[in-house]
Amino acid sequence: MNSMAKVKTPVKPTGKKKGKGSPEGSPPEEEAPVEEPAHDKDSVVAHKMASEQREISVSEFFTKNRHLLGFDNPRKALLTTVKEAVDNSLDACEEAGVLPDVEVTIRPVEGNAERFRVIVEDNGPGIVKQQIPQIFAKLLYGSKFHRLRMSRGQQGIGISAAGMYGQLTTGQPVRITSRISSRKPAHYYEVVINTHKNEPDILKEEAVEWDKPRGTRVELVIEGKYQRGRLSVDDYLEQTAIANPHVEVLYEAPDGEKFKYPRAAKDLPTPPKEIKPHPYGVELGTLIKMLRGTSSRRVSGCLASDFSRVSPRVAAEICRGAGLDVTTSPKKVAVAEADRLLTAIRGTKIMAPSTDCLSPIGEDLIRKGLSRQIDAAFQCAVSRSPAVYRGNPFAIEAGIAFGGKLSPDGDKKPEQEATAPPKDKENEPEAVKLLRFANRVPLLYQPGACAITKAVVSIDWRSYGLQQPRGSLPLGPAVIFVHMASVWVPFTSESKEAVAHYPEILKEIKLALQECGRQLSMFINRRRRMAEEFKKRSYIEKYIPQLVIGLRDILGFSEADAKRCTKNLQAILEKTRGELDTSILGKKGAGTRNGE
Amino acid sequence: MAERKKAGGPSRITGKEIVKRMEDSAGGVYGKIMKHKHPEITFPVRALSNVTYDPKVGYFEIRGETVSRTLHYNTVKTFAQTMRMMGMSKELIRTDDFATKRDAYYMSKNWEEARFDEQVESDTVMDDLEAHFMVNREQLGFVPDEHGGQVAGELVVIDRDRETGRRLEIDCTRFGSGAYAVPPTVEHLEFKTSAKFVLAIETGGIFQRLAAHNFWRKAKCILVSMGGVPTRACRRFIRRLSESNRMPVYAFVDCDPYGISNIYRTLKVGSGNAAHINQYFCVPHATYLGVTPQDIKDYSLPTHPLKEVDIKRADDALKNDPFFQHYKPWQDAMKMLLAMGVRAEQQAFSKHTLSYVMDEYLPRKLKHTEKFLP
Repeated sequence: MNSMAKVKTPVKPTGKKKGKGSPEGSPPEEEAPVEEPAHDKDSVVAHKMASEQREISVSEFFTKNRHLLGFDNPRKALLTTVKEAVDNSLDACEEAGVLPDVEVTIRPVEGNAERFRVIVEDNGPGIVKQQIPQIFAKLLYGSKFHRLRMSRGQQGIGISAAGMYGQLTTGQPVRITSRISSRKPAHYYEVVINTHKNEPDILKEEAVEWDKPRGTRVELVIEGKYQRGRLSVDDYLEQTAIANPHVEVLYEAPDGEKFKYPRAAKDLPTPPKEIKPHPYGVELGTLIKMLRGTSSRRVSGCLASDFSRVSPRVAAEICRGAGLDVTTSPKKVAVAEADRLLTAIRGTKIMAPSTDCLSPIGEDLIRKGLSRQIDAAFQCAVSRSPAVYRGNPFAIEAGIAFGGKLSPDGDKKPEQEATAPPKDKENEPEAVKLLRFANRVPLLYQPGACAITKAVVSIDWRSYGLQQPRGSLPLGPAVIFVHMASVWVPFTSESKEAVAHYPEILKEIKLALQECGRQLSMFINRRRRMAEEFKKRSYIEKYIPQLVIGLRDILGFSEADAKRCTKNLQAILEKTRGELDTSILGKKGAGTRNGE
Repeated sequence: MAERKKAGGPSRITGKEIVKRMEDSAGGVYGKIMKHKHPEITFPVRALSNVTYDPKVGYFEIRGETVSRTLHYNTVKTFAQTMRMMGMSKELIRTDDFATKRDAYYMSKNWEEARFDEQVESDTVMDDLEAHFMVNREQLGFVPDEHGGQVAGELVVIDRDRETGRRLEIDCTRFGSGAYAVPPTVEHLEFKTSAKFVLAIETGGIFQRLAAHNFWRKAKCILVSMGGVPTRACRRFIRRLSESNRMPVYAFVDCDPYGISNIYRTLKVGSGNAAHINQYFCVPHATYLGVTPQDIKDYSLPTHPLKEVDIKRADDALKNDPFFQHYKPWQDAMKMLLAMGVRAEQQAFSKHTLSYVMDEYLPRKLKHTEKFLP
């Protein structure tokens, strides 16, 4: 274990990457540095140990700990590979202001049932030639880690980890084709990662013909396992389409079946703005690092210009609270002083961070996304206004689709991580399907560890008209959609599968869901009334003919009169009951319907 | 049934007249429907709240309270059933046929959704119809399934042969160990007897004992077993029998609220439910021989504690029943029973000896008929 202690230190200070950073980015096991006690008696041992102690490259670390990145089993590895490539494509397209067209192709490798060729191609801005090897074959290399802006990728690990995994399991390099302009040639690369040095090794590099004017194509050969149903690539792409209605996805599954998720919204989401860190979210180490690296000459200037929402007045207040002179040079602030500064920050009232760094999906598009994939009788969506956890702005959006033809895809037996209770009885309503998203990326694994699941379970859904066993998801023909948009989504691990349980986040999710719940219960009540009305009407319909027969037995009127009498009776009995909207009952595949 | 036309009493209305009333009623409903209006049917309220009692009249008279059933969601089923039942009745009258109440229930089975699930439902609709037309259900072509009671005594019933219509003289003394059974309709019967009174008995058990020992001969009476609450036919039989020979009628029932307020009261003045026809189906001059609450004491009869339903029934009679409200002696007797908190059956006399009831109790009581409860 002690060998892992050093991982946090960057192996090579060269390049732009920095391994050190937010603790969310680090596996929890590494937190406590191990110090060897220096007893004389043990010095021989210590020296012997010292000879064995050496640096570990991040690549080596993740090679051994690939489960941290979502490559724990072949099925999940296939999904993670697709997910990392698609996330990158979407981020790139959106940043470039292009409506994303993504093609995903998975083909079995001939002669080896356990290997798949994964190809993801986009119409994005392309990647400049010299960056290609770094991006695809160097861990913790990327543009997204250091900035505070909402994006899918955060850490610069994903795609290179997928490449590394492919390399490890099949020995095949990552093959990249990218073109940044129709006036420039496309570049083709074959790269592998040098796990010892965490540097790319270029196997092949050439300019090639490509029919695409712009875009990037990644091809990886990995060991995997393809299975339909829950937690599959299919499931992931479908959910991606729900949360990203502006994206068009073409997908060819390993068995050759082709799917198309057409674009439902013609507009790109508003590009989120990058923001400076908010003082409430900063930790001691980061603060010290920022003080050291600032270009300001005074502490107050550093606070005011390197953080968001800190005016010179607020900066002065913080300094006063910390007992520091505003003119102190930031580079000379001692650790203890920085600690005081931090305490002073916590004790100062500072405006919440601006929220234009977020790009929520929006209520309309959530409904659109839900209705595109799920034929439900009712959809509602709620976008909460942004809130802050630990200085990071975030916004919660929730939606519910209910009833209609919505069929839970429970035909496949659930995996080990199943959320649904085992369905031993037929006709028992199944648990709702919970769709979790973070920055528009579907979260498929580890529902139990996720704050979203916790929030859903903690709500009393019975008061909104759904059944709910104690401590579980509610039951019923419904899909619950929760999206967290944030400049920094606090995942519980690098594989980005579950959102951490911050109380502010839990509270926002609950508020959003409760509002959806209220709309849902209105719908359910209305539907129940309609169902009763429908029953009453059919009840009436049953007896009218008998009434007419009785009358005719006594009065002996003609067939035509009997018909007229029947018609009149229907009119008389239904007149008072008003128009009946049966569409709400979901009997005739109802269209989109707002809660009210 | 040819007899119906000839019968007197409640059958003064002819089948033709009833059909006419049906056509008027159904025609009214049809007319409203054709005018796009909600049709309605009016019924007299069939409950104790809608009857009055005057001893000069002798039976529960129906008051004017009516209830209108307007066609809407809640009534459409009964409305359809009422119309179909009316149609069935019309057909029965037209073909001069009859159906038992059970038959009617089964005939509804091909009314699809309007069919009756239980016979009580069809009986209720039938009761509604006869109240609506103010006739007796036999006139609508419906007869009860149950027999009207057993008869023993020196009596000749004059009936007709079902096939030939020939006059039949039935000697009630010639049934050996059996007994004459009251037919469902009794309007056509005539009687010849020299008996002095009619003893209407609640239970078959006491009837058996009295009949087996020819008590009727000794006491010069006719024994009629009612078998619980007397059927209409049984009440009508006792009424016609006693009126044709000017005989008093004495009731001998269990001493409990059911025996008193249901069996005896219905025998004497009719019921709230069939108030529209009580006029014919009651025995206004009947009096109550026993068992009285006082008898329980006088004959030290073995008793059972009153059940909750008994107490409720007694309270209800005292509070809501016009008959009991009219007679102070009955109120006293009922209150006494409630105070004693017990009930006693007719057969309780067997405590002394099996024949005690006919050798001791009845003769002793019959010496003072003026002391009978009204």
